[in-house]
Amino acid sequence: MGLKRVFRVFRYKPGWSRPRYETYTLDLPEWATVLEALMRIRRDHAPDLTLRHSCLHGSCGTCGMRINGREALACLVKVQDLPERITVEPLYNLGVVSDLVVDMPAFYEKFEPVGRPLIRRSEYLPQAVPPEGIPHFTRLESCIECGLCVSACPVAATDEAYLGPAALAAAWRVVEEPRDARVWQALALADSPHGCWRCHLALECSEVCPTGVKPGHAIAALRAYLLTSQAVRTASPMGEAS
Amino acid sequence: MAKPANFHVVIVGGGATGAALAHDLALRGLRVTLVERGEVTSGTTGRHHGLLHSGGRYAVKDPESARECIEENFILRKIAPGSFELNDGLFVAITEEDEAYLPRFLEGCEACGIPTQVLSREEALRLEPNLNPQVRVAVRVPDGTMDAMRLPLRFLATAKKNGAVVRPYTEVLEVLKRNGTVYGVRVRDHVTGREEDIHADVVVNAAGPWSGKIAAMVGVDVPIRPSPGVLVAVEGRWTNMVINRLHPAGDGDIIVPQRGLSIIGTTSWVVDDPDALDLPEDHVRLMFEKGGEMVPVVGKAPLWAAWSAARPLVGPRQAETGRELSRTFKCFDHADEGVEGFVTITGGKATTARGMAEVTADVVCRKLGLDVPSRTREVVLLPHTAYYRL
Repeated sequence: MGLKRVFRVFRYKPGWSRPRYETYTLDLPEWATVLEALMRIRRDHAPDLTLRHSCLHGSCGTCGMRINGREALACLVKVQDLPERITVEPLYNLGVVSDLVVDMPAFYEKFEPVGRPLIRRSEYLPQAVPPEGIPHFTRLESCIECGLCVSACPVAATDEAYLGPAALAAAWRVVEEPRDARVWQALALADSPHGCWRCHLALECSEVCPTGVKPGHAIAALRAYLLTSQAVRTASPMGEAS
Repeated sequence: MAKPANFHVVIVGGGATGAALAHDLALRGLRVTLVERGEVTSGTTGRHHGLLHSGGRYAVKDPESARECIEENFILRKIAPGSFELNDGLFVAITEEDEAYLPRFLEGCEACGIPTQVLSREEALRLEPNLNPQVRVAVRVPDGTMDAMRLPLRFLATAKKNGAVVRPYTEVLEVLKRNGTVYGVRVRDHVTGREEDIHADVVVNAAGPWSGKIAAMVGVDVPIRPSPGVLVAVEGRWTNMVINRLHPAGDGDIIVPQRGLSIIGTTSWVVDDPDALDLPEDHVRLMFEKGGEMVPVVGKAPLWAAWSAARPLVGPRQAETGRELSRTFKCFDHADEGVEGFVTITGGKATTARGMAEVTADVVCRKLGLDVPSRTREVVLLPHTAYYRL
């Protein structure tokens, strides 16, 4: 055991316990992540501590939280890179269900209607020739639906109806690579009063995204796309039909 | 005659097995409640490398498991479209010794019904330019990549749609038993803080490496060996296909590309407590070394994450490394040991979860005197996003 750290963990059970911070002192092995520390807290000190986790390598997006005030996936943050006192809180802007668990249905309420398929064309190794019977290599989309961008977004903090960076980034992926998705639907959502025009370009979303999706850039791209297509519509005597 | 909806089944464990079982039973018309201590897929399920198995890895030594894998692989493609990177996989021979394994490998695959295509060095390098240029021969198999959490979420979403109740953060404190018959579970809901009894006609223990602990609450023994392995994710996607080493199963014999990462797996040892997993540094180093033998750039890529996951292998207590244990699954009806109303399903793997569920649901229905067939081979699953919307 090499790392001694003090964890201040946000604890709150809506309806029956007040929001508070509880302190746990841990001796951890050098490889420990913040998620490992939280799993040990649950195992050894607080069996009713609720948190989300699954893959342990930043692929599932469940362990998003705020660590010393910054959005991160707890499974990717090594304790040895942090100071002696570590504060762990749930994500902002989604509502707390219990302790570190936030309201993911609220996230998917905005994300799902965009209709972005999960599988995309792989852009890796363009020189590779796919085997017979496989028209092109594919991969899972980069966005892991972790909610870090929504938590970091200053607009989401003030406008509850704002579609938010994750859903808008997904909408851009539909425009970029439609597959069988309904592009018009994704564009209509992006163009709505609570869509991409609400963004202040703070770019906090792109900053905290753990998988390089860069939602802020996607939003800028959506705006440019919508402006261009509106310009085309305005210039055309046939309006939208052209 | 009793209708399926008259019966209530409680499933303990929200991993891939419990998820697929909830789906199967709900489709058959039974009332189902699934309880899980943490978030769903937070135990072993979410931590696997994401391989949609062709079964090739088991074709020589563990043909039963290999057959299960290839059968389920093809079923999953049908019932979960849009969930997989379907880029196939290669078994690559790097050394002469690897190459000598080729005839046995092809024979094993043929016997198990796994389609193969033998590729020359040049053909293999055309598909995967980052392969070790010393590759001697490669065999193409129908491997794929899945999202280890999002596939089971599709089972859970569909189960919920069909009436199943899924309760994460609900921990089993006690299995309720009277006169040798299990009749429910006492749980604590960590969100509401309440303890309550959930009554059931059958309780199914689908707790994976924790199934020994649940069985102990009933006083029956499940020969489960929690067998952890280390996995390493490196930055960058260095292949599009799954890359396996063409030799008998061993440490670091697979690279699974997934999104923009490459996952190298794995090692194998056995533990008593799946809640106390170590991450031995030498295992992490070994993953880089062995991964680098197949795809040199993977061995030099920056570390993204390293973690351990406990397989729920079925086998004798004296097992030492877990490699000698079969990857197939077992369903125990504990009536054989004098306990009614309690079934354990364990072993297996994410690829075979649907098949495990079908067998288990058959056992449950037989116990309840129901004759309703499984429909999970045909019913297309809802998307993973539906899990949080229902």
